[in-house]
Amino acid sequence: MSRVNPVNQYLRMDRMPHIWCSGCGLGTTVNCFIRAVKDCGFPLDQVAVVSGIGCAGRVAGYLKLDSFHTTHGRPIPFATGLKLANPKLKVVVISGDGDLFAIGGNHFIHAARRNMDLTVVCVNNFTYGMTGGQLTPTTPIDAISSTSPYGNFEEPFNLPFLAESAGAVYVARWTTYHVKQAAKSIREAIQKNGLSFVEIISPCPTLYGRRNKLGDGLAMMKAFKENSSIVNGADTRGVGMDFKGKIVCGKFIDREKPSFLDMYHATMSERFGPFYECYEGVQ
Amino acid sequence: MSDGKKTRGPRGTVTINPELCKGCGFCIEFCPSGVLAFSDTFNDKGYHTPQAARPEACTGCDLCGAYCPDFAIFGSLKEKVVA
Ligand code: SF4
Ligand code: SF4
Ligand code: SF4
Repeated sequence: MSRVNPVNQYLRMDRMPHIWCSGCGLGTTVNCFIRAVKDCGFPLDQVAVVSGIGCAGRVAGYLKLDSFHTTHGRPIPFATGLKLANPKLKVVVISGDGDLFAIGGNHFIHAARRNMDLTVVCVNNFTYGMTGGQLTPTTPIDAISSTSPYGNFEEPFNLPFLAESAGAVYVARWTTYHVKQAAKSIREAIQKNGLSFVEIISPCPTLYGRRNKLGDGLAMMKAFKENSSIVNGADTRGVGMDFKGKIVCGKFIDREKPSFLDMYHATMSERFGPFYECYEGVQ
Repeated sequence: MSDGKKTRGPRGTVTINPELCKGCGFCIEFCPSGVLAFSDTFNDKGYHTPQAARPEACTGCDLCGAYCPDFAIFGSLKEKVVA
């Protein structure tokens, strides 16, 4: 009987143990992603992962796939270029809430508007972990961060609502407690044409949890279990999050719209007729 | 052993790599069959690591593997022994 963890073949084991803290949800998210890739039916050499900067930015470096660790906030532009130059690839962006929605917020909105053929997995831990626990656009009202020491008073983004409004064709949210559902959603997102978005609520016990007296990673996971409810198809306007409040999880949006590449091919075929040749033969 | 088709005993095996473990306790808490418990020993990094306290209850569901943020544990189905 084999005694090797089956996920090892998807990981750069020479870089293990990873740098993530005990009880950090990033490793659990990677587990969900690996299970999704395993089940999605695409050969491994056709799946590429792009991350930005931050604790979640390390994901790209630990996965044994074609993976890119890009500059802060820019995984989506890198991923867009990668996809357009290699339309056969399935390109997955895995990054954090700060990277994707503060520094890279505009890129996300426009990728969703264009319905770019990408999957975006946002590991949302409500803080910038690597740089010392600053406020991000998802930090809930009243939460303490190193830049909101008296409690946050800025309205946070409701990410599923933002993604839906901007045009994403697939929107789901899970927590790291929901490992099975998260893996299934990431698989569905990878199989979807156009911009698919999966938010994974994840514990950062070291900075967010400690400052907000939420306990260790396990205590935060138990709180996710207790405070979450699954409402598939929920109206995304109502799924914003409060500090220590309810977490609505589920698959919220799964709709069909022509993707960027669909529209590109349609327009060029119409304009140039037989003179237009599809790049790399991918329709 | 009976000569029926069903055999008693654990359906799954859990494998632990203590050197990768950071003692978060996710696997112990979320194993649906209550197989795991912290051991008294430490690994090189100083973390208490899990052990299979009730190995006979393991179903091989690999939920521990899905939860483990450090890829330090996994469950697998036992090869069926046909009597
Ligand atoms: S600082 Fe937070 S997000 Fe970063 S590895 Fe530690 S627990 Fe995870
Ligand atoms: S989940 Fe992994 S890291 Fe956490 S205690 Fe279990 S084996 Fe150790
Ligand atoms: S494989 Fe399933 S039953 Fe066995 S220890 Fe892991 S979680 Fe528990």
